[in-house]
Amino acid sequence: MGAMFRSEEMALCQLFIQPEAAYTSVSELGEAGSVQFRDLNPDVNAFQRKFVNEVRRCDEMERKLRYIEAEVHKDGVHVPEVKEPPRAPNPREIIDLEAHLEKTENEILELSHNAVNLKQNYLELTELKHVLEKTEAFFIAQEEIGMDSLTKSLISDEAGGQQAATRGRLGFVAGVVQRERVPAFERMLWRISRGNVFLRRAELDKPLEDPTSGNEIYKTVFVAFFQGEQLKSRIKKVCTGFHASLYPCPPSNTERQDMVKGVRTRLEDLNMVLNQTRDHRQRVLVSVAKELASWSIMVRKMKAIYHTLNLFNMDVTKKCLIGECWVPTADLPNVQKALADGSNACGSSIPSFLNCIETDEEPPTFNRTNRFTRGFQTLIDSYGVSSYRECNPALYTIITFPFLFAVMFGDLGHGCIMAMFGAWMVLKEVSLAAKKSNNEIWNIFFAGRYIILLMGCFSMYTGLVYNDIFSKSMNIFGSAWFVPYDNETLEKNPSFTLDPKASYINKPYFIGIDPIWQSADNKIIFLNSYKMKLSIIFGVIHMIFGVCMSVVNYNFFKRRYSIILEFVPQIVFLCLLFLYMVFMMFYKWISYSTFATDEAYKQGCAPSVLILFINMMLFSSNEPEPGCKEFMFDSQGTVQRVFVLVALCCIPIMLLGKPLYLLSASKKKHNKPEHSNGSVNQGIEMQEQTDISEAGQTQATPAKPAPHSHEDEPFSEIMIHQAIHTIEYVLSTISHTASYLRLWALSLAHAELSEVLWDMVLAFGLRDPTYVGGIKLYVAFCFWALFTLAILVMMEGLSAFLHTLRLHWVEFMSKFFSGLGYIFQPFCFKTILENNDEE
Amino acid sequence: MACKICGPKLSLCGLILSVWGIIQLTLMGVFYYIEAVALLEDLPLEEESGHHTVDAFIHAVEVGYQRNSYNCWIAALLYVITLVISGHQFWMNNRSSVSM
Repeated sequence: MGAMFRSEEMALCQLFIQPEAAYTSVSELGEAGSVQFRDLNPDVNAFQRKFVNEVRRCDEMERKLRYIEAEVHKDGVHVPEVKEPPRAPNPREIIDLEAHLEKTENEILELSHNAVNLKQNYLELTELKHVLEKTEAFFIAQEEIGMDSLTKSLISDEAGGQQAATRGRLGFVAGVVQRERVPAFERMLWRISRGNVFLRRAELDKPLEDPTSGNEIYKTVFVAFFQGEQLKSRIKKVCTGFHASLYPCPPSNTERQDMVKGVRTRLEDLNMVLNQTRDHRQRVLVSVAKELASWSIMVRKMKAIYHTLNLFNMDVTKKCLIGECWVPTADLPNVQKALADGSNACGSSIPSFLNCIETDEEPPTFNRTNRFTRGFQTLIDSYGVSSYRECNPALYTIITFPFLFAVMFGDLGHGCIMAMFGAWMVLKEVSLAAKKSNNEIWNIFFAGRYIILLMGCFSMYTGLVYNDIFSKSMNIFGSAWFVPYDNETLEKNPSFTLDPKASYINKPYFIGIDPIWQSADNKIIFLNSYKMKLSIIFGVIHMIFGVCMSVVNYNFFKRRYSIILEFVPQIVFLCLLFLYMVFMMFYKWISYSTFATDEAYKQGCAPSVLILFINMMLFSSNEPEPGCKEFMFDSQGTVQRVFVLVALCCIPIMLLGKPLYLLSASKKKHNKPEHSNGSVNQGIEMQEQTDISEAGQTQATPAKPAPHSHEDEPFSEIMIHQAIHTIEYVLSTISHTASYLRLWALSLAHAELSEVLWDMVLAFGLRDPTYVGGIKLYVAFCFWALFTLAILVMMEGLSAFLHTLRLHWVEFMSKFFSGLGYIFQPFCFKTILENNDEE
Repeated sequence: MACKICGPKLSLCGLILSVWGIIQLTLMGVFYYIEAVALLEDLPLEEESGHHTVDAFIHAVEVGYQRNSYNCWIAALLYVITLVISGHQFWMNNRSSVSM
């Protein structure tokens, strides 16, 4: 577990790879996933890089894959998952793959094009069929009853002699129009003909399919009767305007029937052809779908490799590619092996080699985690990535985080629910992880499954200590209190005060809080005092631990002077003031007792710790009760005075110690000849390369400013920093100690809320003197369980989680953590593929 | 027999709720039966009516405990029925999803 203590050691390496072996080597490195490449041509834009064409080819292939995928999804063909993700294809396979993709795409394109044409034909024929069938009804009706009267009424205004002639010339147009356009269409026809067009229409019951989009469209068949050629041309114009398709419809009955027959046979033929096309398309898509997932993985890997190769630099002689990368030193052998495998794979005679180079640059931070520690590391990283090789707080968070959470969430029942949820996620880890979900909230829960499990377990423990299970107490080990009154006294008074002298057996309850407190009126007063003290004790210990962690950092980064000039005054300040307060709490608990023989240590004499502490800070005093003493022990006043004075003396040391030390140290240094602070590290080859390629440009590689350290800043800057730091620390000891009181506040809120829920909801089912209570209880329990989950476990759990997070980020980590690092992002196929899946 | 009323989520909810209900209500019934002091507050006692004497009060409390323990077990029994129904529904849902 040494890996968790601080981030891993990193090395900056140069890779020299043969151009032929480059692709396979990078592919191997991507599989290994332990190398972060640096961009060696940051000034070259994306289009001028070496492997632009290859990246473009990959893009094109991706586009084709997307098209194929869309087609596959459109037809609802199932795409099987790949069991073992394929490796990146070698260059020869790429060409095959490209050709294959090209072929498939064309095939699908052609198929869908044909299908559209066929469907268009089919649509037209169906429409014609419908027109013929529907108009049939119109004509029959017309012939049976309407013909004479209709024509008469139409032309009755005109001269009777022309009747026969006009009847002969009564023409009609038949067609199909979209249903939603019918009212407008009808009105338009009415307007242009001034009411001289007779329109009959019938709606089609079944929707037709649009050949290109596949949407359903509802249409209406219409027949427009009119008189005269001019009107005909006008009607036709209106029809085109409304996208109505017109169909020839023979006026005579027999001809129409023949035509319907013909259309029906043609439709059947067409249907057969369509079915065959559909089958063929299905076959093609199914065979493609089998390969689709592995193809897309291969293409993505390829693209990633070429993107990485674009970060590389070319040697002067164009004989080898040079790349720079960060590697964890522990992984160096793996990288060597990957390189060897890569050059073997392409049969190159010259091996690639790896060269570690010295650098002044800050390496990236890499904490090797496993599935247990990953959640905790994420909590820390979301505050700030620790500086390189800085002491990693995540290790301690594993215990302190669930513990502080549990102090706020202490309830055996709620803790049990949470622990069971966490345990379920942990046990089903593999199958749940395989089911990738897009539900963000679920993913957050799942990522923190070990945290949730631990939080649940710790809450069960604190619940046992608080003696709370769904707000009820359990008397497991036998209460240490008894009622000393006889029945007569009990009858007369509604409540009693239990004097410990008479009713306490002077042997505390075995673990946690005595169950007698549940039925006591002053339960909250007692618990408040207990939990407040508890939270201050935990807080002070947590902060002292945080301050101590800074020693580890000072020691590691060879700033030993800071141990004396910063750490010692800090810890002395904290201990003399706040640890002393904790000491007073314990002393008060131990020394004052109702059984004490000394009058000054009897009950009622115990001084308030808070008042004592305030008096200590203000050098004032209070008059004690008669018979009691102001202080807990002799010479406490003197001791306190000394403590405050020493603590105050620590402040100037914190403020001035480090700046003065640095000032004197830099004076010594100035006497010696100054040596340059190490130029930006670049290999000789690259230097030459840039000289050649950028000969035309102004060759200006600006020397980056040397990494900032306190030694190089002017004295005033150091002084200001230190002053801010000191003020912050001194104020924060007070404010942070007070901040830990949130442990008490949330714990109180949680306990009260769960008690209220029990009294308001579940008790509704319990306080029924008849057996109907059973049914009431059934309903009440349902609601109670629901609210317990939603409010007490989810909401309260979330708020306790956030407060714990704050206690760690602000109160604990501010004591030693600088968090100025940047995260190590290795080139790894696995993460690339996962990221793509999320998109 | 093969009627599907609840969806997969509701039946799972019912399963979890009824398992929880059975466990907790049975235990509460036991605690009422052995007259746990912590549960005294929730007894169905008539306020200010009887118990002028200690014995009458104790009697009322004992009856209350008895009554509540039976009520708890009745509710637990109702949850057993819920468990069976939602278990059946859950099984139906699972089977239909498999057959699909």
